[in-house]
Amino acid sequence: MALVEVSHLVKHFVRNAGLFRKGTVVKAVDDVSFTIEEGETFGLVGESGSGKTTTGRCMLRLIDPTSGEVRVRGENVLAFSRRRLREARRDMQIVFQDPYSSLNPRMRARQIVEEPLIIHRLGDRRARRDRVAELFHLVGLDPTHLDRYPHQFSGGQRQRIGLARALALHPSFVILDEPVSALDVSVQAQVVNLLMDLQQQLKLTYLFIAHDLRLVQHICSRVAVMYLGRLVEMAPAASLFAAPQHAYTRALLAALAPLEVGGDVTVGVGRIGFALQV
Amino acid sequence: MLRVGAAIVLLAALVALVGPALTPFDPAAQDLALRLTGPSRLHPFGLDELGRDILARALAGARISFLVGLTVVSVSAAVGTLLGAIAGYFGGLVDDVISRVIDTLLAFPGLLLAIALVAVLGPSLANVLFALTIIGWVGYARLVRGQVLRAREFEYVQAARALGARTPRVLLQHVVPAAIPAVVVQATLGMAGAIIGEAALSFLGLGVQPPTPSWGTMLNGGRAHLLDAPHLTVFPGLGIALLVLGFNFVGDGLRDLTDPKRH
Repeated sequence: MALVEVSHLVKHFVRNAGLFRKGTVVKAVDDVSFTIEEGETFGLVGESGSGKTTTGRCMLRLIDPTSGEVRVRGENVLAFSRRRLREARRDMQIVFQDPYSSLNPRMRARQIVEEPLIIHRLGDRRARRDRVAELFHLVGLDPTHLDRYPHQFSGGQRQRIGLARALALHPSFVILDEPVSALDVSVQAQVVNLLMDLQQQLKLTYLFIAHDLRLVQHICSRVAVMYLGRLVEMAPAASLFAAPQHAYTRALLAALAPLEVGGDVTVGVGRIGFALQV
Repeated sequence: MLRVGAAIVLLAALVALVGPALTPFDPAAQDLALRLTGPSRLHPFGLDELGRDILARALAGARISFLVGLTVVSVSAAVGTLLGAIAGYFGGLVDDVISRVIDTLLAFPGLLLAIALVAVLGPSLANVLFALTIIGWVGYARLVRGQVLRAREFEYVQAARALGARTPRVLLQHVVPAAIPAVVVQATLGMAGAIIGEAALSFLGLGVQPPTPSWGTMLNGGRAHLLDAPHLTVFPGLGIALLVLGFNFVGDGLRDLTDPKRH
C-alpha cells in the first residue's frame, strides 16, 4: 500500500473579496492526485506559482484545502481531529526552502532543535539534551555550536538545523520544500547527499518539491510536473526525462539545456557530485 | 539622542525614587505667612500659594507621573499586545470585532474621551489610570496586529505549527516576540503621552485630588499667579517638559536602533 495517497486535492484562494464584491478565485491546486510509495523520493516540480508548495502545505494541513483527500497509511489526514492531527504531525514533517526565515532568529540552535521534543513532551531535560546533540551529529553539525543563534551559521548549516528539527520526532514522511534552492551549488550537493544518506539510514519517504529539474532527475524515483495548479505529467524519473509527454514538461527541459555546460554529474547510489560551470 | 534621553529619564526616576529624602519639608505642610515667596536658599524652588515647599511638591509629583506612566503603559501594552496578536493571528470574525472596536476608539480625540470618562466616573487617580488605559491600549493593538499579520507568514511560524505546537505556544514563542521591539518603542513614547495625559487631567481638576501633589495640579494652582509668582508654574512645567522630552528621545533612539533599514 502506498504510504501517502493524495486524491483530487483542491485549494482555491479567494482574492480581493469584500462586503459587496465576490472577488476572484485563484485555483492554486486544481484536482491533484498522486501516491507516494514507502521509501521512495517523489519529485514535484513546476515553476513558481504552479501550486507545488501549496500542495505540500495542504498535505500537512498548514493550509486547509478546499476539498480532496490526503491519506497517510490509509487514514485521511484532512478528517483528523485536532488531537489526532497533533499526533500525526510526529510522523510527517517539512523542511522549508528559506534557511533564513525558517529558523526563529531569537532562539538558539539548541532550542530550535529541542522544541519538537518539548511540544510533544518527550523525555526529561537530560534526555532531550542528549537527543539534541545526537540530532546535531546526525545532520553533520558541530555540537559545540549548539548555543549559537541562527545568524551565526551559514545557509547550508542553517538548513541542517531545520533538518535536525524535522527529524527530531522520528518522522517517516518528510516534505522537502525546495530544500536546497536557496543555497550555493557546492553546498547544494552536500545537503542533497546528506538527505540521501539520511533517507537510507532512517528509512524516510520524501516528497521533494523543486523547480530545478536536474536535481530531481538524479534523486527522485518518480516525478510529477505541475503547471497552473494541475498535474500535467507523472512518470518514473528516467522516462520523464528521456521522453517527456507533455508540452510543458518539454518546455521545462528545453529551458535548462543551455545551462548544462560542462555538467559533470556522477550518479552512484543516490550520490551526486556537481561540477557545474554555468 | 538615546543617551541624552536615557540620562534624563534615569535621573528623573532616581529623583522620584529617593525624592522625599532630598528635602526636609513635607509637601503638604502649609506656611501661609510665606505664601508665594520666591526661591531662596532654604526653599530652592520657592513656596506656593498656600506656602508649601515647591521642591518637595515637585519631587512628590514626579512619583505620581512615573506611577501613572508605568501603570498606564504596562497595562495598555499588555492588553493591546494580547488583543492585537489575537486579531492578527486568527483573522476573520475575531479580527473584525477587535478592529472595529479599535477604529471606534480611535475616532475619538484621545484626551477628550479620557476627560469624558473621568467626568462620568468621578475625579480620582484610579479613574485617571483607567481612562488613560482605555485610550492607550488601542495604539498597541493596532501596531501588534500589523506586526503579527506579517510574522504569521514566517516559515518558522509554519514550522512550529507543522511540529504540532498549540496556538498559545506559536503565539508566545514565535509570533509575539517578533512584535516586541516595536512595542518597546511605542511604550517609551507612550510613557510621555501618559505623563502629559495625567498632567492635563489633573490641571483640569479631574485627576489627582488635593492635597496630593501632582505636576498638573501644581500648574493649576499657579495659574492665577502666572505674572506675580511665575515660579509656581515654571518648576512643575519644566518637570513635565523635561521628562516628556527624555522619554521621546529614548523612544526615537530605540526606533532608530530597531529600524531594519539601518542595518
